[in-house]
Amino acid sequence: MKLTLKVWRQKNSKTPGEFKTYAADHVSPDMSFLEMLDVVNQDLIVKGDEPIAFDHDCREGICGMCSLMINGVAHGPKKAITTCQLHMRSFSDGDTITIEPWRAMPFPIMKDLVVDRSSFDRIIQAGGYISASTGSAPDGNAIPVAKQDADKAMDAAACIGCGACVAACPNGSAMLFTAAKVAHLGFLPQGQAERHQRVVNMVATQDAEGFGNCTNIGECSSVCPKEISLDTIARLNRDLVVAALKGVEANV
Amino acid sequence: MSDTTSETTTRTTTRTVEFVKGLESKAPGGPIEQRWDKHRFEMKLVNPANRRRYTVIVVGSGLAGGAAAATLGEQGYNVLCFCYQDSPRRAHSIAAQGGINAAKNYRNDGDSVFRLFYDTVKGGDFRARESNVYRLAQVSVNIIDQCVAQGVPFAREYGGYLDNRSFGGAQVSRTFYARGQTGQQLLLGAYQALERQIAAGSVKMFPRTEMLDLVLVDGRARGIITRDMVTGKVERHVADAVVLATGGYGNVFYLSTNAKGCNTTAIWRAHRRGAFFGNPCFTQIHPTCIPVTGDHQSKLTLMSESLRNDGRIWVPKKRGDTRDPRQIPESERDYYLEERYPSFGNLVPRDVASRNAKQVCDEGRGVGPGGLGVYLDFADSIKRLGKAKIVERYGNLFDMYAQITGENPYETPMRIYPAIHYTMGGLWVDYNLMSTIPGLFVAGEANFSDHGANRLGASALMQGLADGYFVLPYTIANFLAQIKPGNLDTGHVAFAEAEAEVAQRTQQLLQINGKRTVDSFHRELGKIIWDECGMARNEAGLRKALQRIPELREEFWQNVRVPGESGELNQELEKAGRVADFLELGELMCIDALTRTESCGGHFREESQTEDGEALRDDANFSFVSAWEYTGNLAKPELHKEPLAFEYVKPSQRSYK
Repeated sequence: MKLTLKVWRQKNSKTPGEFKTYAADHVSPDMSFLEMLDVVNQDLIVKGDEPIAFDHDCREGICGMCSLMINGVAHGPKKAITTCQLHMRSFSDGDTITIEPWRAMPFPIMKDLVVDRSSFDRIIQAGGYISASTGSAPDGNAIPVAKQDADKAMDAAACIGCGACVAACPNGSAMLFTAAKVAHLGFLPQGQAERHQRVVNMVATQDAEGFGNCTNIGECSSVCPKEISLDTIARLNRDLVVAALKGVEANV
Repeated sequence: MSDTTSETTTRTTTRTVEFVKGLESKAPGGPIEQRWDKHRFEMKLVNPANRRRYTVIVVGSGLAGGAAAATLGEQGYNVLCFCYQDSPRRAHSIAAQGGINAAKNYRNDGDSVFRLFYDTVKGGDFRARESNVYRLAQVSVNIIDQCVAQGVPFAREYGGYLDNRSFGGAQVSRTFYARGQTGQQLLLGAYQALERQIAAGSVKMFPRTEMLDLVLVDGRARGIITRDMVTGKVERHVADAVVLATGGYGNVFYLSTNAKGCNTTAIWRAHRRGAFFGNPCFTQIHPTCIPVTGDHQSKLTLMSESLRNDGRIWVPKKRGDTRDPRQIPESERDYYLEERYPSFGNLVPRDVASRNAKQVCDEGRGVGPGGLGVYLDFADSIKRLGKAKIVERYGNLFDMYAQITGENPYETPMRIYPAIHYTMGGLWVDYNLMSTIPGLFVAGEANFSDHGANRLGASALMQGLADGYFVLPYTIANFLAQIKPGNLDTGHVAFAEAEAEVAQRTQQLLQINGKRTVDSFHRELGKIIWDECGMARNEAGLRKALQRIPELREEFWQNVRVPGESGELNQELEKAGRVADFLELGELMCIDALTRTESCGGHFREESQTEDGEALRDDANFSFVSAWEYTGNLAKPELHKEPLAFEYVKPSQRSYK
């Protein structure tokens, strides 16, 4: 396959970026999208150009490190996968592909296609955990968890923190990310003690980081590689209302 | 995996163990079930009010590093934690699929701490230290409790209790799991505990930061030199103790199931500073990976070996049979594992399954592109259990396979081939997980570990968390209690020298400006190691590799091209530094493999096999841990031996027939 790539190049966070066009002439349908970029980069290096910087690590769809807006869609055209799981057989010979970084104010671009997602870590720091210091745990079977609750908790816990939800959202909202963690811990009996303080603190931090608000558009869930449900956002909102009724205020 | 249980009851006499200087295992004596408790009581403690005066550096934020950093933070120590990824949540522990073992015996099927200990020593082919393994089995139960308390959503039965499954050939159901994402959920548990400590101010996190050297002052590990991967800034960090939890070195093979960033640099730099390297040739090949499709291949994807519970492995009886597998009649199929190992069949241990796959492919009976693959067929299971059941059990794995290969595994058999997956070797550590450098602790896959010559399925997660949550917090306290905190800053000459060396090396890499890319060297090295020091090794091949690797290393330093500058985000520069270290480690692996003329576990020397082609151990001559000391000459490292004594599990020949 022969492809034309329009790739966002940006030297660093302080320099403005621009699209550059590259020809990818030796693309096999069996390559993953990132392997295709690897091959383009090898050619650039040999020619004395600077390779395209992009984030990636596990290359099997679980670490959440890879990103990329591919033809305007986070993680590309196929549902429920990350960019590293996308294969070139999803494209046709002669295609032009536009490749951009995640674009959202709380995800500043560091270089080319690499963005800073540390704002997600700060949302977790605000309460995305159960305070259970090592050594304090009772026997694992001491507190039964209904299978359906454990399954729903697992559905929400599958979030890989890649940030596609934010990149896809017209408001740049992190609501799906935050709601997934709130739902995961909220479904479990172990998560009840901190449930309302958690949601209030995480939402306050998400706002402070500059993420937009949620207006129930649903782009987030439709690009989510782990198909986190919009229901998690409904749950988050319910928890927020209950927290407000209880008079719980943010303390982060 | 205990086919004969009678041996467990025989306690053989203790051998006289002669320790080489610097290689004292510090394993306590006495009845094995009391050793860890006794040791915990005897270790010194640090008063809670004094803990914040001690600084501990933790490099790596996976299960071992993340758990250690979080726990040390909870206890009140001042912790600095480093990872190369953009967040500690991305460490490669996240990719483990299958599960985590624990001797809970919730299934009432005969499991016990002793049985998990026994299975692990035996599965490791009698090349692990008994005291460590027993401790691992003991704390395994605490790990499950801790993770449940953190909110890890383990699979549950309808009554609300924890579900278990049998895994990787174990004859009891002791594996806890969270769908096919157990590693992810355990890591997120540790990550969340870590983020809680970061918020509390006890842990300072340095993401996108790579350790490039270890700093020793007066023979003790006192700090590290790092590079900020965004700005390129080289920095010095001082501490009272350093923990390396940087994972395994499987990427020396270029193609592996490891994440692309996994590397040996931290442990290799520590090795060059004096930490002995234990059993570098003990690497594990995983039998159920998706085969290679071409030269562009950047990594291999593992599918959980739980697939072997219901899939049947076969190849055509005829060489070069390229028919559609569905057209090949039963009588012309060779279900070689079921045939050769009737009692374990498709569930033989990983090394046995892998070697047999290589053997049938070497015979020209492999399938798929390049003949490097065997079939894993679910047709019978689908007939027996119905497709719905298979979807429930393996749906995500089948989807993944279809995504990568473009084939539908419900219709046509999967193709699988072995790939490097885990490294049992790593820095040598004593019972306290301290290396030969005082104050340098090594945890998780980065140490030479409790798995001996072969790791059992679902035991990597167990070891990482055991080290991080339940071992290091005690043994580091014991170390710190015996030293004065602080009294050193990064102005010390040792820091200046180490930083200058790092800077010089970086400049050298950038200045070569040769013709070959970093990846092309890495790929070539990987091919050499895979061919000569992979699933099967022999003297001639290893000697050839030992000729070729130094030549390749020489060429690398003359002809590599690293574009860009040091003071910016430069991914080629990061890779170049890592490959430079792999080029040194690869040589040590081959030296180790050449020296160990026996076969054991994942290390299969063709010269040492039984008549049936099974690994043949040589206990009389090789019942020891090889601990290699860097001498300044890569071709001539010095071998130290830690003899292994088996008081509780009598060495026997593994048999899965």
